[in-house]
Amino acid sequence: MRVTVRLFARLRDLAGSGELVRDVPAASTIDGVWRHLVAEMPALGEYERTMSVALNADYSRMSAMVKEGDEVAFLPPVSGG
Amino acid sequence: MSTVTVAVTSKRLDLEALTAAVASGSGADGAVASFAGLVRQDNLGRRVAYLEYEAYEPLAVRALQRIVDEALAAWPGTRVGVHHRIGRLELGEASIVIVAASAHRADAFAACRYTIERVKQIVPIWKHEHFDGGDVWLEGATADPDDETARRTAYRIACA
Repeated sequence: MRVTVRLFARLRDLAGSGELVRDVPAASTIDGVWRHLVAEMPALGEYERTMSVALNADYSRMSAMVKEGDEVAFLPPVSGG
Repeated sequence: MSTVTVAVTSKRLDLEALTAAVASGSGADGAVASFAGLVRQDNLGRRVAYLEYEAYEPLAVRALQRIVDEALAAWPGTRVGVHHRIGRLELGEASIVIVAASAHRADAFAACRYTIERVKQIVPIWKHEHFDGGDVWLEGATADPDDETARRTAYRIACA
């Protein structure tokens, strides 16, 4: 199934794009999408312990299931204000 | 045109317009506290040239709204508005403005301080600092709105 991956700030720079479409196995979790991405771009892996994740523009957890057409976002530590 | 009280925008921020949108103007409020965060020229020994702010906009707006709701729950009767700017900002420009209106000054000050502390914890916005000699993405807190320890820390700072 197809999901849209959104990446921000330095994660976006490392990946070279802020929006990617990827095919992942049915019944994948956000963690599964992340593993798929890190296998393709190992440099992203350094964010595994410090990033947050979002599913369809709401904060979520790595264990959450994703569906066809979902938008999964990986967010480095924030620095607004 | 009326001003929305929660926004992420690439336009220059207008504290006066936000104040007018938040304060009742009916006599119910006894206090308005406001905060503006500005682009500073020195950061960690670097000479800043300008900042670029990036946001995950739909989630940033939701997170700001959540903070406003938290402030209302913590200080009943207090209303908070917050606008965050994104895009390129020059030195001295405002990146964020916050307004808190309440019957009494203690609640207005506390809600205002709480809001900026929470923004730094959970709103998906990032600073890309361009300085003399390079550029760097600033990274602060791992955003987790359900982290009660972080929320209590913001509350404690607000009430100090």
